[in-house]
Amino acid sequence: MTSHHVAEEPIKKVAIFGGTHGNELTGVFLVKHWLENGTEIQRTGLEVKPIITNPRAVKKCTRYIDCDLNRVFDLENLGKKISEDLPYEVRRAQEINLLFGPKNSEDSYDIIFDLHNTTSNMGCTLILEDSRNDFLIQMFHYIKTSLAPLPCYVYLIEHPSLKYATTRSIAKYPVGIEVGPQPHGVLRADILNQMRKMIKHALDFIHDFNEGKEFPPCAIEVYKIMEKVDYPRNESGEIAAIIHPNLQDQDWKPLHPGDPVFLTLDGKTIPLGGDCTVYPVFVNEAAYYEKKEAFAKTTKLTLNAKSIRSSSH
Amino acid sequence: MCSLPVPREPLCRVAVTGGTHGNEMSGIYLARHWLQAPEDLQRPSFSATPVLANPAAAAACRRYVDRDLNRTFTSAFLTARASPDDPYEVTRAQELNQLLGPKASGQAFDFILDLHNTTANMGTCLIVDNAHNVFAMHLCHHLQLQHPELSCRVFLYQQQGEESYAVHSVAKNGIGLELGPQPQGVLRADLFSQMRALVAAALDFIELFNQGTDFPAFEAEAYRIAGTVDFPRAKDGDLAGTVHPQLQDRDFEPLQPGAPVFQMFSGEDVLYEGESTVSPVFINEAAYYEKGIAFIQTEKLTFSVPALPSLTPAPTPLP
Repeated sequence: MTSHHVAEEPIKKVAIFGGTHGNELTGVFLVKHWLENGTEIQRTGLEVKPIITNPRAVKKCTRYIDCDLNRVFDLENLGKKISEDLPYEVRRAQEINLLFGPKNSEDSYDIIFDLHNTTSNMGCTLILEDSRNDFLIQMFHYIKTSLAPLPCYVYLIEHPSLKYATTRSIAKYPVGIEVGPQPHGVLRADILNQMRKMIKHALDFIHDFNEGKEFPPCAIEVYKIMEKVDYPRNESGEIAAIIHPNLQDQDWKPLHPGDPVFLTLDGKTIPLGGDCTVYPVFVNEAAYYEKKEAFAKTTKLTLNAKSIRSSSH
Repeated sequence: MCSLPVPREPLCRVAVTGGTHGNEMSGIYLARHWLQAPEDLQRPSFSATPVLANPAAAAACRRYVDRDLNRTFTSAFLTARASPDDPYEVTRAQELNQLLGPKASGQAFDFILDLHNTTANMGTCLIVDNAHNVFAMHLCHHLQLQHPELSCRVFLYQQQGEESYAVHSVAKNGIGLELGPQPQGVLRADLFSQMRALVAAALDFIELFNQGTDFPAFEAEAYRIAGTVDFPRAKDGDLAGTVHPQLQDRDFEPLQPGAPVFQMFSGEDVLYEGESTVSPVFINEAAYYEKGIAFIQTEKLTFSVPALPSLTPAPTPLP
């Protein structure tokens, strides 16, 4: 049976974003290092541009100044009239859209890697926004295989209402890279080395693809977002229960109905309801307390990609 | 190093402060809980007062608003004339000094237990000013005996000739409880319940003391501050590398000269250049980047702590 190729244009313009959240330090320091010495990220025939996306937040070592940069790349915010009254991050999003977009146009960058950290025990995670993107599924398959035996998980955020307008979404192929656990404001060497390897394998894949290598059909396991779960709160909106010790640090592991999920401050256990097993992610992420997310429920599924080959060969 | 006299009266004015740093969540949630439901803090001879030390920082989930509250209790800040332009934490320190002090006066609270978290892998750490604080050393010993499942190492933080600056220095005596690792802004159930248990045991100790219990002499082990080491930095002050994987998470474990301490972004290892083996603590604490501290060097000491004399019982009235 002949496999059906997807012929893709070669990749020309790649960007690496660090500091989209100013206190997620791995991306900040990798990008700063590559701005000084970019040898490691160069590949022949490819432009790879590192950039700090939220410099004011990086300077203050805070997630954001006015609002979360990674939530304002929707067309409405990108189209707002420039004014001093706009939140800093919306003005910055418009600048980034001019430099690396415009979103949804032919001129936008081919691939953007957006580097993040999480306080959750998620290990190396790749974030996918579109389940039918053969090129990215192939890239992710390549990265996972190259990293093994170090686990690398794929989080699919395709969802009618829960998907959000990320900084990287202005590119044709947006890639989220999330490594944890790392406290915000801390730079761990082990986490830095893992993220560095993920980028290396991603760039190697792009280079091999551009050189004409054919990637045969492949399949990857992904975790697709179903629902976000908030902390139980009291009438004043304060948190009344915390992530149960049995769930803490257990990202990606199956969670069954009846398993402990929260522990109230008085010591009572709150179990998982519903009737299906879920795979929790972003368990106890510091930045999500204000977004009312204690963890996200995902379901496990397999995505298939057709064989791909660069169309210039 | 002046030694504190041991108390000769029962301790009845005791405070537990959470949220001295507004993003260290165990103490914040405990303080908020106790402000609603103070039963945990009651003992037969006294009730401890819960205090949310830095409410504005806690509301914003930040370490501080203008300056580190836990460095603002020196007499210079406390006795300065109040002005509306003062940094938030200076005003707040003066308020806390009125509530729990005045520092160095006879009216000050008897004891403050100050609750903290660290991003460093320090387990349950008890923070005492110096080895001559007999009452505090006995309290720590009691916590160690009551909770053998917890590490309960003692860190002696006061340097020679240094004026006390932390919130618990407002009272006649006090210690800090420092639990980690926990990211800032995160509340972990395991550390929350450990902190709660340690506070309970500390209040139990004070109750035992108030009831006239004898505490015999014992051999203590503690880690005394010997200096600090900064990250490798570039000319502009930015980090040029970070804590080496072989040092990361190894708080309290011996660090020998020549062992790797930092890994540069360009890949090279930086080796420890100290003259002797030290026990590093606060390794890679988020809040210390801006203080120029990658880790604190300590020397491990063992020393005798004299008996804590029991309170003399009140004389029985003559028939």
